[in-house]
Amino acid sequence: MALFENSYRPYEGGLTPEWARFLVLPRYALRDVFGSKFFTAVFCLCFIYPLVSAILVYLRHNSNAIAIMQIDVRELLPIGASFFQFFVEVQGWLAFILTVLVGPVLVSRDLTNNALPLYLCRPFSRAEYVLGKMTVLVILLSLVTWAPGLLLFLLQAYLEGAGWFASNAWMAGAIFVGSMTWIVLLSLLALAISAWVRWRVVAGAALLGMFFIPSALGGVVNQLFFTRMGNLISPAALMGSIWRGLFGHFRREVGSYEDAWGRGFVEVVIREPPLWASWLVVALICLACLWLLSRKVRAYEVIK
Amino acid sequence: MNPVIELNGLSVTFGRRAILKDLSGTVKGRAVGLLGPNGAGKTTLIHTLLGFHPPSSGTVRIFGEDIATNARRLRAEVGYMPERDSFIAKMSCVRFVRLMAELCGIPSEAALERAHEALFYVGLGEARYRSVDTYSLGMKQLAKLAQAIVHGPRLLILDEPTNGLDPPTRARMIRLIQEIRDSGRARILLSSHLLRDVEECCDEILVLKDGRIAANCNLDEERKANRKFIELETRGGDRTAFAEAIGGLGCEYALAGERRIKLVMQDGVEIDDLYRLAYERQVQIRRLNYKRDSLEDIFLKAMEGDENGAARGGEGHGLI
Repeated sequence: MALFENSYRPYEGGLTPEWARFLVLPRYALRDVFGSKFFTAVFCLCFIYPLVSAILVYLRHNSNAIAIMQIDVRELLPIGASFFQFFVEVQGWLAFILTVLVGPVLVSRDLTNNALPLYLCRPFSRAEYVLGKMTVLVILLSLVTWAPGLLLFLLQAYLEGAGWFASNAWMAGAIFVGSMTWIVLLSLLALAISAWVRWRVVAGAALLGMFFIPSALGGVVNQLFFTRMGNLISPAALMGSIWRGLFGHFRREVGSYEDAWGRGFVEVVIREPPLWASWLVVALICLACLWLLSRKVRAYEVIK
Repeated sequence: MNPVIELNGLSVTFGRRAILKDLSGTVKGRAVGLLGPNGAGKTTLIHTLLGFHPPSSGTVRIFGEDIATNARRLRAEVGYMPERDSFIAKMSCVRFVRLMAELCGIPSEAALERAHEALFYVGLGEARYRSVDTYSLGMKQLAKLAQAIVHGPRLLILDEPTNGLDPPTRARMIRLIQEIRDSGRARILLSSHLLRDVEECCDEILVLKDGRIAANCNLDEERKANRKFIELETRGGDRTAFAEAIGGLGCEYALAGERRIKLVMQDGVEIDDLYRLAYERQVQIRRLNYKRDSLEDIFLKAMEGDENGAARGGEGHGLI
């Protein structure tokens, strides 16, 4: 390799395909991310529950091990839709923690250091920039959500047999779609916040706030008005509904109370918002994030 | 020489405010200086060339291709060194430059090789493994230059490349720009407030004023055109007779002050002829200057020009 040449010379070699250029960003970013020992430790901890789940699945199908350990099979968690839904929920919240650790600096660091003109003066579009940054989170979060979820599903299918696989294949779709919806929502929220809030700590706090403050407000609305419509402003509750819907556990009627009506009392049923409403609100949040990103991810801001 | 940039009625507006107003012209030089006072629209023009701002009317062509329709392809041919500090934090310089090369489509291994080469070329070879955050201002400028040239662009756009540099670093930057210009492998558009930088590096200038082109001229041709005007400073002898003898050669002349003679050389008259006449009349020629407009003169005249930029005419491109 020629270490250097003391003259200016153009590049005459081959080029990488244009469609793959956005993958340069996650390659560099992931190396930085795993340079942090703290993050690596947290990332490793995210695999404890999948490991425990895999052991549970294995134990359930290994009579020798059950006999040796003197476990009552009925005490073991049944492996079905509830098991995988719980898995997706647990891993989803771990993915949220990873997002809080990684997300806030993804765009803000570039904005703080005026790096966007350097990206965008090349054959590299704003959409590719956002896609590249989003891919960082999608890769990381996929590794702790649907990837182990599907492996777990395949392990269960392998141990249970082809019949179980055929009748429960929809669960694999639910694991993937439920996790990916959560990942896309988290990624876009994290990127939008990162683009608008440049301080890492504040951006992290804002991301936490985006989930917990609307949840608290939604809870207050639910309590005050004996309704569940408050869930529509809570991303966490929205995703809970979507996950329940995907795994076939969604029920609109979640309770009832008696209310004075005319001369007597009548039972008023408390209903969850319809499932389509949850999907719609999640889609609207994603669109809002994309709009926020389109406002900020520019080579230069034009002050009008 | 093929045109680098062709402006055809280019206007750019932000909101209701027109920043660039109906710019038309062709830029052909190897290195073009973009001059103008603050707010003249230099940076907006650069950003428009890079496709950051869409024209509200008119077109911009780089190497004959419209930036509005071929922005992506053209950006691969352009290297840009922004004015402000621009880098990626927490990253070594070689990794930063390599990333920029990869974003241009250079494969990873080749990008690493190019990054090393570019950093050695600009003089940051020894510091290439340091984080750019820790660099001095001058080193950051050189790092910006390295990322701009790493993919070997055909057009290099430099926005205030010598801003804040100490004299040795400035000299180094100017030398690098001159080397790139002289290599003939890249054309340069240099935006600077420092006329000296432009004079040292550029052979053509584009002066903007209030969003319009105030002047666009080829400095070399301007200098050649003015080589006919000569100013002599004399001592002793018969100055008047000497001047008349010059007139006898067919040159127009004028006596200025007590010792100076201004004249316009005619074809066929050489400098040797002047010395011969001076010797014959016992006149000492103490100084002989080719009277030419300095870049500062050209710039100031452009600034004094009327709103429509009809400042003055000239040979070749001329001042618009």
